[in-house]
Amino acid sequence: MSILPTPPSQGCRETPVLKERGQREVFCGLTGIIWLHRKMQDAFFLVVGSRTCAHLLQSAAGVMIFAEPRFGTAILEEKDLAGLADANEELDREVARLIARRPDIRQLFLVGSCPSEVIKLDLSRAAERLSAVHAPHVRVLNYSGSGIETTFTQGEDACLATLVPALPEASAQSTPDQAPDLLLVGALPDVVEDQALALLNALGIKNIRCLPARRSDALPSIGPNTIFALTQPFLGDTHAALIKRGARHIAAPFPFGEEGTTLWLQAIAAQFNVPAERFDSVTAAPRARARKAIAAHADALSGKSIFFFPDSQLEPALARFLTRECGMTALEIGTPYLHRALLGPDLDLIAPGPVFSEGQDVDLQLDRARQARPDLTVCGLGLANPLEAEGLTTKWAIELVFTPVHFYEQAGDLAALFARPLRRRALLSPPQIRAAE
Amino acid sequence: MKLALWTYEGPPHVGAMRVATGMKGLHFVLHAPQGDTYADLLFTMIERRNQRPPVTYTTFQARDLGSDTANLFKSACADAYARFRPEAMIVGASCTAELIQDDPGGLAEALGLPIPVIPLELPSYQRKENFGADETFLQIARALARPMARSADISCNILGPTGLGFRHRDDVAEITALLDEMGVRINVTAPMGACPSDITKLGSAHFNVLLYPETGESAARWCEKTLGQPFTKTIPIGAQATRAFIAEIRALTGLTTPVDDSRLRQPWWAASVDSTYLTGKRVFIFGDASHVMAAARVARDEIGFDVVGMGCYNREFARPMRALAKEFGVTPLITDDYLEVEQAIADLQPELILGTQMERHIGKRMGIPCAVISAPVHVQDFPARYSPQMGFEGANVLFDTWVHPLVMGLEEHLLHMFRNDFEFNDAAGPSHHGGLSHHSNPAPQTAAPPDLAAAEPAAGGAEGGGSMPATSAPQQAVSDTPIWLGDAESELRKIPFFVRGKARRNTEAFANLRGIQQISVDTLYEAKAHYAR
Ligand code: SF4
Repeated sequence: MSILPTPPSQGCRETPVLKERGQREVFCGLTGIIWLHRKMQDAFFLVVGSRTCAHLLQSAAGVMIFAEPRFGTAILEEKDLAGLADANEELDREVARLIARRPDIRQLFLVGSCPSEVIKLDLSRAAERLSAVHAPHVRVLNYSGSGIETTFTQGEDACLATLVPALPEASAQSTPDQAPDLLLVGALPDVVEDQALALLNALGIKNIRCLPARRSDALPSIGPNTIFALTQPFLGDTHAALIKRGARHIAAPFPFGEEGTTLWLQAIAAQFNVPAERFDSVTAAPRARARKAIAAHADALSGKSIFFFPDSQLEPALARFLTRECGMTALEIGTPYLHRALLGPDLDLIAPGPVFSEGQDVDLQLDRARQARPDLTVCGLGLANPLEAEGLTTKWAIELVFTPVHFYEQAGDLAALFARPLRRRALLSPPQIRAAE
Repeated sequence: MKLALWTYEGPPHVGAMRVATGMKGLHFVLHAPQGDTYADLLFTMIERRNQRPPVTYTTFQARDLGSDTANLFKSACADAYARFRPEAMIVGASCTAELIQDDPGGLAEALGLPIPVIPLELPSYQRKENFGADETFLQIARALARPMARSADISCNILGPTGLGFRHRDDVAEITALLDEMGVRINVTAPMGACPSDITKLGSAHFNVLLYPETGESAARWCEKTLGQPFTKTIPIGAQATRAFIAEIRALTGLTTPVDDSRLRQPWWAASVDSTYLTGKRVFIFGDASHVMAAARVARDEIGFDVVGMGCYNREFARPMRALAKEFGVTPLITDDYLEVEQAIADLQPELILGTQMERHIGKRMGIPCAVISAPVHVQDFPARYSPQMGFEGANVLFDTWVHPLVMGLEEHLLHMFRNDFEFNDAAGPSHHGGLSHHSNPAPQTAAPPDLAAAEPAAGGAEGGGSMPATSAPQQAVSDTPIWLGDAESELRKIPFFVRGKARRNTEAFANLRGIQQISVDTLYEAKAHYAR
């Protein structure tokens, strides 16, 4: 797949969306803690919630994390519900204990849940109070990961958005000849982040910072001279918070696949007046590598149809990659929330045809999937085995946020994630998959 | 407020789901926010179920609060009935819905559905998963079962097995076959496998077999009181308990049909000389109380281990647990705080842990072998092969799975001779377990590697269950190396290669300790005597 199809004259930016408000089968925003706590090495995430919240985190993490995790749940009990003053005192006590036991912690996130919100436990005031108590050693912040407010990846958005107002003001005044500061926004695996920084450095762009930072002492400063690029499409609130601080957004398709990465880099390069020759010489080799790596999976993917259940908000960007670079046909692109402004550049590149759905009514959507009989269905862990048992091949959506998939060097891996279930089904044919009762 | 890092039990509505998912023809409408749907994956991924759990979540959102969450519940109920046409429905609230007090039971009743609708009280802020399962099964039995004529033949119900239970699938098969052999017909097995119409027939059985007190005892007691059915008290885990169970059935029924126990190999496997090395192995046992109490007896009386500690996470069973611990002369640990369990294990330094998935992880970190005997479960606790814990085959399985993590007899002998060596020692792991793929994390405080790429896959991602953790074993500082005399050097070469390095190091360490500069054959054997247990 060396030559990409020409972009459609009219993409899907204006395509009407099927909005559904029925039963959902998605994670809540607490789930983001699973990857955020690994990314921010001196942060602890304390969910103020119920046994359900603790059980969700444990189940989503697969009970597989070896060391004592940097997250936990302060489980509300009957007596906390009786009076709010008690709940605050209890919280202060648990936090003090936690900080005493984990001197390595420099940032503490109080994460709101459905129960804490329904009983109106004010975690922002608690965070202020606790920050005052534990400053300067520990900074206490809060955000909501509750299922009544956030869906899956929106938890990361809420976390990063709460960091933005606390970022230091960039001191440098912008002068006409001074290059802006570049901020990359989105929690990426370190190895992937380093690749992006290396590429941008090679283009001659310096002064690049990342949000979230790996450690709290490396938090970026921000101001009108800051321009930022998102690496994930689900960062709507963070985007708004950065704009409010005077920063400027570089709109671009998201850096999935060879095309997405190139367009994303190009949009940044344009802001920094990188000469075209330099851009080509820096990107030529990794572009060729990425194309080659994707081509290795073309056989498995080309001509196959795909159906997305809503999960991470990555769906439209992934559909763009799979339809344009891997030759797949998208039947339905479900997403928990379609942020048209952020995903516009991706939508422009998707040829008309697929149904876009936002929100969910899971039984109706399952009916549509059964009707459409896609070659590959991207869905959550609760739906995957039942659909496999019905003869549909599935890809777990959660792997797409837990696995390094961004930029050139991972483009082949991204294609492989979708190709593997199809290869596997072919290997196991004739189908003998009949799950036990 | 209580800080939890990992929990042994989920919330009570997950217990209700275990009942609903185990049954057929029953639907559960749960008033809950979207994130609570995670619980589906416990069944579809961990248990590899090929169908979605029969649960409708209302998935109300913040914007619905205060306005129409109640209507949302009603329409979810009506839709679920129309789509799934269950024989009966259970309705309840998760932790969040409990706070908004919509009264699912009343709302569902107002719909006037033509099927039994059973409301559940699941106090999320007080109780936990096992309670939820036990309570749900009780309410279903109360709503549907009535006293009725006993069957003409001798029959019983099997009570307690649920979805996501530790080896319930195979235990039920084993005990069903055993009862069948004894001449007892199984009337109903419930909750697992039963539909609501089966529950209405519970009363025709002569007695009940309670396999899992954690999830079935309240229903069994209700049946005893209301249906006049006695229930069995013996949990048939282990050879002796299985025989006691058979005796209990005989006493209840007057049946005397002989039972073929030729498949029971465990007593001879334990008695044969190779098993001598198991004598007095120090074991720590933790899990749900019923499995722990059964395991403690098997460990002491059937395998010859030394039980150095035991405990359970379900406080509901603290009393019998304490009594048994007293009989064993150990302090019982009743806690659902896994840090406390970890501390107890660190203090006791057992040679084997019989525990849950939590203890398996603790064991991994500390380099102590562990066999899983109880929920909470993980994907590897649902093996493809037949692997019961109960009955005669269960006794065989216990022997194999408990002994497997340990080093084998002859090998252990060599290890004892050369213990404390840093590369070949008790903690380095048995040779039949292949590569030392896991590295220990000596301090529990140490954070996981911060590389996002290293994040392990979610629940479904099984890890290599077979390999034992490597560990940083005590090292001996060998400052200046003594000289090996020719004879001693050639004697050393007679020692099997895989312990030779260890023998060399131990002998040198011994020589240093004693200020010996030249190692002779005598030094070698004195060292051996010094380090041998
Ligand atoms: S949906 Fe709400 S109650 Fe459920 S786990 Fe998420 S935050 Fe906790």
